[in-house]
Amino acid sequence: MKFVDEYRSEADARKMLQVIRRTVTRPWVIMEICGGQTHTLLRSGIDQMLPEMVTLVHGPGCPVCVTPLEMIDRAIAIAQRPGTIFTSFGDMMRVPGSKLDLLSVKARGGDVRMVYSPLDALRLAVENPSREVVFFAVGFETTAPANAMAVHEARRRGVGNFSILSSHVLVPPAMEAILSSPDNLVQGFLAAGHVCTVMGYRQYEPIAEKYRIPVVVTGFEPLDLLQGLQMVLAALEEGRHGVENQYSRSVTRDGNLPAQKVLSEVFEVCDRPWRGIGVIPMSGYRLSAAYAGFDASRRFEVEGIRTEEPAVCIAGEIMQGRKRPSACEAFGKECTPEHPLGAPMVSTEGACSAYHQYHRS
Amino acid sequence: MSDDLGGKLAAPTCPIPISDYPTILMAHGGGGRLTQMLIEKLFVSSFDNPALAELHDGAILEAGGARLAFSTDSFVIHPLFFPGGDIGSLAVHGTVNDLAMCGARPLALSSGLILEEGLPIDDLWRIVRSMEAAAKASGVPIVTGDTKVVDRGKGDGVFINVSGVGLVPPGVSISPRRARPGDVVIVSGEIAVHGVAILSVREGLKFETTLETDSAPLNGLVEALLAAAGEKVHVLRDPTRGGVATTLNEIAAQGRVGIRLDESAIPVGEEVRGACEILGLDPLYVANEGKCLVIVDPSAAGLALETIRAHPFGRAAAVIGEVTAEHSGKVFLRGRIGGLRLLDLLTGEQLPRIC
Repeated sequence: MKFVDEYRSEADARKMLQVIRRTVTRPWVIMEICGGQTHTLLRSGIDQMLPEMVTLVHGPGCPVCVTPLEMIDRAIAIAQRPGTIFTSFGDMMRVPGSKLDLLSVKARGGDVRMVYSPLDALRLAVENPSREVVFFAVGFETTAPANAMAVHEARRRGVGNFSILSSHVLVPPAMEAILSSPDNLVQGFLAAGHVCTVMGYRQYEPIAEKYRIPVVVTGFEPLDLLQGLQMVLAALEEGRHGVENQYSRSVTRDGNLPAQKVLSEVFEVCDRPWRGIGVIPMSGYRLSAAYAGFDASRRFEVEGIRTEEPAVCIAGEIMQGRKRPSACEAFGKECTPEHPLGAPMVSTEGACSAYHQYHRS
Repeated sequence: MSDDLGGKLAAPTCPIPISDYPTILMAHGGGGRLTQMLIEKLFVSSFDNPALAELHDGAILEAGGARLAFSTDSFVIHPLFFPGGDIGSLAVHGTVNDLAMCGARPLALSSGLILEEGLPIDDLWRIVRSMEAAAKASGVPIVTGDTKVVDRGKGDGVFINVSGVGLVPPGVSISPRRARPGDVVIVSGEIAVHGVAILSVREGLKFETTLETDSAPLNGLVEALLAAAGEKVHVLRDPTRGGVATTLNEIAAQGRVGIRLDESAIPVGEEVRGACEILGLDPLYVANEGKCLVIVDPSAAGLALETIRAHPFGRAAAVIGEVTAEHSGKVFLRGRIGGLRLLDLLTGEQLPRIC
């Protein structure tokens, strides 16, 4: 298939691995931000093909994983309300709240539906005017524009029975939180190509400068990742820092300006709790004052729901690159995809799920 | 009455911890780990007998010197009509194929219909005609049946159960336990076609494609294969729910062997690949309805592949892997860029990803 096969060629992968082997002379720790990249790395076995001196740690870029438990409990509280149609992307359905998950709410008679687009949720609201339709808006800058567009459309068309439960998070503040931590291990970043497709990479330039660290905007196919790793390793070996762009077929420095315009109109930046990490200042989106009427947490008064994270799950340390999933005592024992203690074991982008799915032998 | 007997009369404890799954979830029917848990912990332990313990697509029963294959399957698909087929043809093909996967020549089928009040008679007529056409094409008559009607809202239009019996020819012995290290794994054509065709017409997810279901009766293909390669054919299985990955995991577990696949050898059509890339689905876990997996002795692999390819339903057949002594009970996949990874069972249905 065009635009896919050329990025999965075994011969080219071998060549790129040779270049990497020639480049590396010292040990380095590199973090890929995005959970999609984590899965490609493990799925294609790249983590096992790299020189031993290269350590990959896995970043916080899994939208499902960083959604705090209390937000899932709020979603479940709304989904259990009679007459409500609660809509969500598939990934969120199996993530356990403190008592239930959304699939169990469905099994008990709740109207929980999986949608592929927030605009499908908006369509459901138009088709069911007597019912409240709520969309669970999770994700990074990648999913935010479509979600903003759905709210924008709802207001323009006067669809009053539509609202979103927003748990959006932003990448650059999370990178800063990792880098500013005294026990940070990360020496170079692969930035998430899809986030940068929307936002560009100007935001990363001051971070790379401040922490004197290389950041390479990287795509999602095996060869993208190999090339991104080669670029970041070359920069580290040569003592360079700054932002480079491996994913130039999709990403520009300025990003998608119309998408950014909708984002800045519908959302405003706010402090946001991250699962296992805690509150990171100015790291999330909430609906701006003009769109506050579409905020499901206000409409259904679930803001008061507060939940403590379970102590045994070390998701926070994994997502900050301090530990690998296999270092968790519960991994593969108390915590499995059937009995997940934390979201990274559930989500298709979660690091624990990737290790469990591809590495257990 | 002794305390002992009283204990036996008391309701037995459900072997699946109630606290984990107090209600049935859709994933219990998805073919993955939760389905296996139901089968092993509830059904096999309750119905316990040697024919069931084989856990094949159908049971083999000795009767008057002959070996009968007996199989049943229920169909609850939505929508009822989809590109290239409908619930009627699917139900007939499903049970014909389950019998064929036992190495049997299907003899006859039953038709159990559960109809929902309000179903248009025209729809039922189309479904029944389609069942008849499918039965005729596969050469297996529907010889008995039953019909029930449930209140509106208590069914999904039509549910169909089709059971069937067949005869296993002498010299044929098909079982996952016959898989041997060195055996060759063949798939009879492009995978994941049925699942993607159904997704393309599902509410909320309609997308344009020319794909049609691959639903087809495989008894003719299997008969030709067994005539050519006979007892060298060790295992047959149709990778329906849960797809190729799930089916091979079941075979590896039951046969206590490892299976190693080569990703670049697995035939996946362009349209299916495109749809799976966009939706974030792995075609190895997507359902098939007209495909079978064949595990065959290496000495007969070439002949088997040639025979399958000569059949109209097997033209795109390919060797996709081999049975190994290492990694018993597990399936490994050599990826496109050369890495080796575990191809695990999924917990439930594949859920489309966020981004």
